[in-house]
Amino acid sequence: MDIVSLIAAKANYWTYVILLMVGLYAMVAKNNLVKKIVGMVIFQTAVILFYVSIGYKKGGTLPIIMHGHDHGHGVESVIKAADYINPLPHVLMLTAIVVGVATLGVALALAIKVYQEYGTLEEDEIRKQIELKG
Amino acid sequence: MTFFDGDSSLISNLPAIVVTLPLFASLIAGFLGWKNRKAPYPIAAVALFLTFISSVVLMIQVMSTGVAIEYRMAGWAAPVGIVYVIDHLSALVILLITSIAFVNFIANKSNIDTVFRNKAGAFNSLYLLFTAGLLGMTATGDAFNLYVLMEIASLSGYALIGLGSNRAPLSTLNYLFLGTIGATFYLLGVGYIYIATGSLNMADIASIMPKILDSSMILFAFIICMVGLLIKMAIFPLHGWLPNAYSESANVAAGLIAPLTTKVTIYIMIRICLTLFTPQYTFDYLNTSDLMVWLAIGTIIFGSLSALAQKDYKRMLTYIIIAEVGYMVGGFFLGNRIGVSGAILHIVNDAAMTLALFMAAGIFMWKTGEESQESLKGMFAKMPFTMAGFTVAALSVVGVPPTCGFFSKWYLISGGIAAGQYFFVAALIFSSLVNAILFFRIFEIAHFEPFKDHHHHSSNHSNKGEEASAHDTHEQTIKEAPLGMLIPFMAVSILLVVLGLYSGQIVNNIINFAIPSSIL
Repeated sequence: MDIVSLIAAKANYWTYVILLMVGLYAMVAKNNLVKKIVGMVIFQTAVILFYVSIGYKKGGTLPIIMHGHDHGHGVESVIKAADYINPLPHVLMLTAIVVGVATLGVALALAIKVYQEYGTLEEDEIRKQIELKG
Repeated sequence: MTFFDGDSSLISNLPAIVVTLPLFASLIAGFLGWKNRKAPYPIAAVALFLTFISSVVLMIQVMSTGVAIEYRMAGWAAPVGIVYVIDHLSALVILLITSIAFVNFIANKSNIDTVFRNKAGAFNSLYLLFTAGLLGMTATGDAFNLYVLMEIASLSGYALIGLGSNRAPLSTLNYLFLGTIGATFYLLGVGYIYIATGSLNMADIASIMPKILDSSMILFAFIICMVGLLIKMAIFPLHGWLPNAYSESANVAAGLIAPLTTKVTIYIMIRICLTLFTPQYTFDYLNTSDLMVWLAIGTIIFGSLSALAQKDYKRMLTYIIIAEVGYMVGGFFLGNRIGVSGAILHIVNDAAMTLALFMAAGIFMWKTGEESQESLKGMFAKMPFTMAGFTVAALSVVGVPPTCGFFSKWYLISGGIAAGQYFFVAALIFSSLVNAILFFRIFEIAHFEPFKDHHHHSSNHSNKGEEASAHDTHEQTIKEAPLGMLIPFMAVSILLVVLGLYSGQIVNNIINFAIPSSIL
């Protein structure tokens, strides 16, 4: 299998892995605290996208049972699970999004506190100030 | 298992009450704190006491029936609904969490009143929320629910630590970054478990596990979940966040967070390995023992040596916590019954020891306003009762019988010998020797060095540097700690000996039932 089709077949997984790495890189390597926080949000969002994509099915539709009105009248009323996307991962991610927003809020609040204390959000400058204070 | 669905009596709803009681009390305390500064503390104290009573009842219930209680949220049965499972292991850890949260809260009343005078609502609310999060993590039988509750505990933990000294927000932010990486890795692992099994219920996943042992998806899920949890429990070399965050937090917050966070995370690791991935997969199929025990050895050696290099006693204690994480992780991954028993027993003992040490540190800082070991000069003469309690806690960390630290270490060492992990045994003995040096150094300072007169009696510990000059009350001598702090502290010190004397019963009557029979 050539590389293009390998990537195209699993595009959703490649996307989430790349986003995860982008986020992780920003959290580890960036000097500015707000950039680190943005990296953290990208990192969390990558996992949310991963969950959303595993619930999806080609040709699947919304998980609302169709033809409910004529149940008991012929084959149309038979519910095929394969026709519907899996709603559970999506529901889980509603909770994960809330967790992510809360984390972002706490992180930004702490960043404000850090700024009030040191007058900067650059980590190297903060480190210098801490060393000077002993 | 016994099922309690559809039954509305108080006792049968205890597994839910033990988590929701501090949760709702947290909301009430938070709202009332806006209007009245004095209101939140009694509410929180009553809530924590009732939670403690509930956990005692749960423990008695589990021990008398001998079977796990499965509590179905809103009556939905296991794979579809979320269940709380109270077995011997989770009942033990729940009892541990509620008792530590309650004792630490009662002991620090005057501390909370002064340090968090203007933030009474926020502080009490966060304290309860943190407790509720930990209790939920321990009780839940659902892998995703565990993630949510873990984040509730973590986020309130960040806020509690961030309320500490002026430097605390920066260390807390670093802790938040690493904690979020850990939790998100765990969430990712749960995603792969869900792809492989189609379930989020731990017991349900465990029943599917034998069929998918060789799935690479499960292997990836296992690795990524473990890495996430190892970051959260601060194992070497992923420990960087812990010392700063804990030593810069306010004493009352450290007294809650330091004994519980790492210990509950280790409980989660044990729970995931035993209940979700099954011992067959963790120990037999993957053969994780060697790698994890070496990681534990590294943690023990590193933690002990770093503790030796510290000049401040509170900072020294944080490195001891890291070393102790190595004890428990190593003990568990020995994979034999004695080692796993030792690890679980050490969760209880270490939480109690750490609580005692941090309570002592809190009392010292309350009295002297300083953190350096030098500031403890002459303490044996000035604060005999506090120093007696501190001595018991220190001897327990060193591992001197009959304190509890000796017995769990004995189990861990026996387990190490039985498993043939002699380097682990050597690391444990090395760590004990280092602990002996650490604490006898403090004893020497406190006992033999002449008393250094402190010209300040501080009451505000949130700003370390400032209070030294702010309170020039010229108190000539430092006297014994106030009774409100001293009595709970002495009770915890006595408990360390009681836990030691009854450790045989704890292992036989509780921990034995908590370990699956497949672990020999």
